[in-house]
Amino acid sequence: MLTMLPQLIIGIADLAAAFLFMYGLQRMSSPATAPSGILVAGIGMAAAVLASFLYVFSVSAAAKPHLVVNLSLALVALTLGGGLAWWSGKKVAMTAMPQMVALYNGMGGGAAGAIAAVELFGGKAHGATQLGVTLLGALIGAVSLSGSLIAWAKLQGVIKKPLRVKGQQAVNATVMAATLAVGGCVLYAALTGAPLVIATSTWIAIFFGCALLFGVLMTLPIGGADMPVVISIYNSLTGLAVGLEGFVLQNPALMIAGMVVGAAGLLLTLLMAKAMNRSVANVVFTNFGDAPKQKQGAIKGSLRPIEASDAGIAMRYASKVIIVPGYGLAAAQGQQKLYEFVKLLQAAKVDVKFAIHPVAGRMPGQMDVLLAEAGVPYDLIFQLEDINDDFAAADVALVIGANDVVNPAARTDKASPIYGMPILNADQAKQVYVVKRGEGKGYAGIQNALFYGDNCNMVYGDAQAVLVKMIEAVRGLGLAAAA
Amino acid sequence: MDFQITMTGFVALYVFMLAAFAGWVIIGHVPAILHTPLMSGSNFVHGIVVVGGLFALLNASTVLEQAIGFVAVLLGAGNAAGGFAVTQRMLAMFQTSDAKPKRHRSHAHARAHHPRKA
Repeated sequence: MLTMLPQLIIGIADLAAAFLFMYGLQRMSSPATAPSGILVAGIGMAAAVLASFLYVFSVSAAAKPHLVVNLSLALVALTLGGGLAWWSGKKVAMTAMPQMVALYNGMGGGAAGAIAAVELFGGKAHGATQLGVTLLGALIGAVSLSGSLIAWAKLQGVIKKPLRVKGQQAVNATVMAATLAVGGCVLYAALTGAPLVIATSTWIAIFFGCALLFGVLMTLPIGGADMPVVISIYNSLTGLAVGLEGFVLQNPALMIAGMVVGAAGLLLTLLMAKAMNRSVANVVFTNFGDAPKQKQGAIKGSLRPIEASDAGIAMRYASKVIIVPGYGLAAAQGQQKLYEFVKLLQAAKVDVKFAIHPVAGRMPGQMDVLLAEAGVPYDLIFQLEDINDDFAAADVALVIGANDVVNPAARTDKASPIYGMPILNADQAKQVYVVKRGEGKGYAGIQNALFYGDNCNMVYGDAQAVLVKMIEAVRGLGLAAAA
Repeated sequence: MDFQITMTGFVALYVFMLAAFAGWVIIGHVPAILHTPLMSGSNFVHGIVVVGGLFALLNASTVLEQAIGFVAVLLGAGNAAGGFAVTQRMLAMFQTSDAKPKRHRSHAHARAHHPRKA
């Protein structure tokens, strides 16, 4: 009975972890309960990791002589990997969050692939089902690893341009076919026990090489703007890989956690693609950034610049202001100044709301996080479907560092690459101020008719500098009134 | 009594199916405002792979297995620890107007009235 105790404890800890993961994710459905949700999930993780050290009581006979070395290696790996990631996670800037998530996700995929590699090289997987599942998990994990690293490099700016060559789809398909064929060779050799021309371990190595290469080739052509969707896909794939390796190791906690994330990631991917009015296949197989080559209808009218101070004062005397922040705001580190300005407006009894487009920022919901970081309470933050009807009643719509998400062409211009994408109706406000660095185009590289509208004025400059001027102007008013 | 878990064939498929369904339903309720923390949170959850890595490493009997097992634990631990750290940081930032620390309010208040005092 006593010899069974470690197994019992591991079983209970894993069961608890699986429950706590789902309960924790469930608590994440509201900003009020979300912080406790991640804590709950964290407790589950800690319990499962601690309990897994009880595996030392049931290691295979072949591994027994190496137990001390293995245990030391495990402790070093846990401390090193966990410590470095914890440290980087605590100090990474909120604007760099998408690439950080991509990196951590790649690590998970790599871990799943490595587990499969141990099983394959060690000849531990037996039977067609187990071998097949191991290989599938290895393939998905390896693709997720190399793909996530490319996604990281793109978001970090290490790789600047999407790399596209003619016949890329054919090359990718060939590599995928080769990977599957090599996987078949591994399967055959392992099942029959007879090496196929070359040693089985060589086949396994080629298999991993092909899978990693496929991840790179698949991700390279995809534009930077689509990386959030790609990260979400890889997040889902890593979950799937973890679930499959969980089956191979006969560990239900891995199976459940992996599959929960796999499904959740798939749903999130579909939601994101829907927000961009594109199919997932369209994101993966075409290049958004290069698409708008066709001529678009010329926009009549002219851009009317205005001083930041004048715009600031106009908002001070408005009664209803809706702010549309975009990534440009975050790039200029202007969130803090924006909230400072908003507090001034609120003190002057102006009704201020934030309108967030689903794809604002470099990953969905990132703008919400960036505003939260600046101290903006989340009850001031509204999502597209909740606020779009309010624009018509707003005195001012202040568009800061956003462009494509307020482009009316999405509603009207069928030739536009963003046609059909849901947009924020900023153009319906009585007055629109657009804070922009210059006359450049947005991420999609297209003209914006909103800027040429009769109700629109442009405020040129760095978002942070513009906001400082607005704050000074409104403060100056208070000073004048007091004098 | 044996506590060894064995799951084969259809039992495994049932587990996968129920878990996938649970994930779909759970995430379906999360508002768009929390999508980034959610993505990093679910990213954290598949960090459980570190447990599989530990199993593989502790059962390693050759240098190759030890090396790959070490990488598995290293990467898995990074996934779990990093995912937790960033998710916790992000979620701690979300506050309502009411629950906000008083410091913020009085700060805004003081600034707005500062000119008059001057």
